[in-house]
Amino acid sequence: MNEMPKFEQATEMTESKISAKKVQVYYGDTHAIKDVDIEIQPRSVTAFIGPSGCGKSTFLRTLNRMNDTIDICRVQGSIKIDGEDIYDPKVDPVQLRAKVGMVFQKPNPFPKSIYDNVAYGPRIHGLARNKAQLDDIVSSSLQKAGLWDEVKDRLSEPGTGMSGGQQQRLCIARAIAVSPEVILMDEPCSALDPIATAKIEELIDELRANYTIVIVTHSMQQAARVSQRTAFFHLGVLVEEGSTDNIFTNPEDKRTQDYITGRFG
Amino acid sequence: MSDTTITPDTPAAPSSPKREFRSLYAIDDLTRKRNAAERRFKAYGIGAILIGLFFLAVLAYSIIKEGIPAFTRTIVEVEFALTQEQFDAAEKELFKTKAYENFFIGALKTQLDESGMDVPFDEAAIERLVGKTGGTIREFFKSNPDQLGKPVEFELAASSRVDGYRNGRVTRETITDSRFLQKSDLDIVDALVEAEVIKTVFNWNFITGADSGVDNPGGAGIGASVVGSFFMMLVVLALSLPIGVAASIYLEEFAPQNRFTDLIEVNISNLAAVPSIVFGILGLAVFIQFMHLPQSAPLVGGLVLTLMTLPTIIISTRASLKAVPPSIRDAALGIGASKMQATFHHVLPLAMPGILTGTILGLAQALGETAPLLLIGMVGFVARGYPDGFIAGFTEPNSAMPAQIYTWAARADFAFYEKAWGGIIVLLVFLLTMNIIAIILRRRFERRW
Repeated sequence: MNEMPKFEQATEMTESKISAKKVQVYYGDTHAIKDVDIEIQPRSVTAFIGPSGCGKSTFLRTLNRMNDTIDICRVQGSIKIDGEDIYDPKVDPVQLRAKVGMVFQKPNPFPKSIYDNVAYGPRIHGLARNKAQLDDIVSSSLQKAGLWDEVKDRLSEPGTGMSGGQQQRLCIARAIAVSPEVILMDEPCSALDPIATAKIEELIDELRANYTIVIVTHSMQQAARVSQRTAFFHLGVLVEEGSTDNIFTNPEDKRTQDYITGRFG
Repeated sequence: MSDTTITPDTPAAPSSPKREFRSLYAIDDLTRKRNAAERRFKAYGIGAILIGLFFLAVLAYSIIKEGIPAFTRTIVEVEFALTQEQFDAAEKELFKTKAYENFFIGALKTQLDESGMDVPFDEAAIERLVGKTGGTIREFFKSNPDQLGKPVEFELAASSRVDGYRNGRVTRETITDSRFLQKSDLDIVDALVEAEVIKTVFNWNFITGADSGVDNPGGAGIGASVVGSFFMMLVVLALSLPIGVAASIYLEEFAPQNRFTDLIEVNISNLAAVPSIVFGILGLAVFIQFMHLPQSAPLVGGLVLTLMTLPTIIISTRASLKAVPPSIRDAALGIGASKMQATFHHVLPLAMPGILTGTILGLAQALGETAPLLLIGMVGFVARGYPDGFIAGFTEPNSAMPAQIYTWAARADFAFYEKAWGGIIVLLVFLLTMNIIAIILRRRFERRW
């Protein structure tokens, strides 16, 4: 990742992909996210770090309105993707989620075949006109997720029968298959061993050439390894956001410094 | 320290000022108490299970012992030929059946003489044993005139008292001479058994036949009420499965969590606990008195039982929907499936085994329900025949298995009591079959994730 700073400079100039202004999230009476402002750069990896319960996952889930499924959750403020407010009443969350895919903490393949897992998204969105096109989407998604060589001979086997790392890469392939622009990852490696984690991190690094990636992670080393920009959350507040190098070597805020040096969290 | 015998090298006195040495071989009082409590609890558990098994065994034994005779019947097998002349002569008589009976008694006598039996019997005794036979014989020859002159084997049902004597229900000690049976008749029965005129055969009529009147317990069968139960179950399945599953999916996956849905939830649970007779009253008032649907019809029975089964199905369906991990919903929603697609493509297939099991158990419960049928007139109705067709199966008056059993148990003739036990065996066979199907479905479709 030596070329990282150069890449960063290039993206610094472009318009941000996601722009959040004064975002508040409430769970019932609990004010979970307070006044978060953040700009997320396209074709880069942004990491959200912070201690447990700091709101980083909650904020991530507001970016594709997954919080809509929780009845008591309310979101205020504006979140724009490509300049369009995703909480506008005209926006259908289903269309939004096709554009902003998500990979979850625990690998959660459908209890179906590997092929059907990847093909499900394209099928419901009508992305393939025939079987050949669908086959293409499935194989290219699995290739992009670095899983093709391992599974090409057993596409009809259940996705749940694979190892945890393979399952997570299958979930990434499934997310890629609907050709999203943004991929949100909620602690994608927390259930995986170091080798599987390394593979996923490598994959994330490759994917950022085509996708805007936002990753929530508990591991500061992981944030340092994969991300170009890092945001530190604490108690529902976005404490500091900046280039990963700066955050880890020269944090401005005392709390950030305490956290990355391991004094709390 | 404890007083167990196994205390090797234990320093008895706490000489060390820091910590007393405690041997692992010595069991202290607290541990002993805890172990004793655990043993006692295990003993209670085993005792409870044994008591349960004992009652189950008693139940199974008594049902089988009392019910098996219903599956056998005693017949009197007599072979005789009737010539054209005899037939013509009998038809000229005033009491035609009487003439046929005389032929029959004559044939019986010859048959007994041939086997070397010498028991005196008269017409009245024969009538007590096999009832009035003349009508049956006349009916046969009138509809099969080509059989005249040929030897024909007649299998006539023996009276229920004879049946009882063969099954041990009636003994020489217990009977009193009456117009139904006299002590001397039993000698005749013994002789006829030895001559292989009286035989015990499997009673197919009990399984396939319809109910008979109070005067003929031997002819009663449960078949018609099995058909009645079947049509009721069709109504229950066709209504409660779609309504119940749709309601549960809506409540579990789509409905907002607020006071109103809480209220509905509480009421569904309450509904499951409402006594079934209340549903019977409701059915009587709404379906029969208000909507004027036919009385005693399986359609109405099915509707009432649907009301009863719905809460069971809704509760079990909601439980199996809840058991599907939320990560599956997240996965589907995360790639842009709508809520309905997530539910129908992913959640529902995973919940299906649970839903099916709940439905079958609900149906089994409905199948055995008697109380609501009391009020809509399915109890006490004598189902003398099968419905005429598929549609008629729903609308024609019929009985249902538990209602039929209740009806038999309420009749005065002791022979019906036996039929009731036999009916219980048939009902239990159906219930067991349904439960086994439920278990197989659950085993086969259970999926891991």
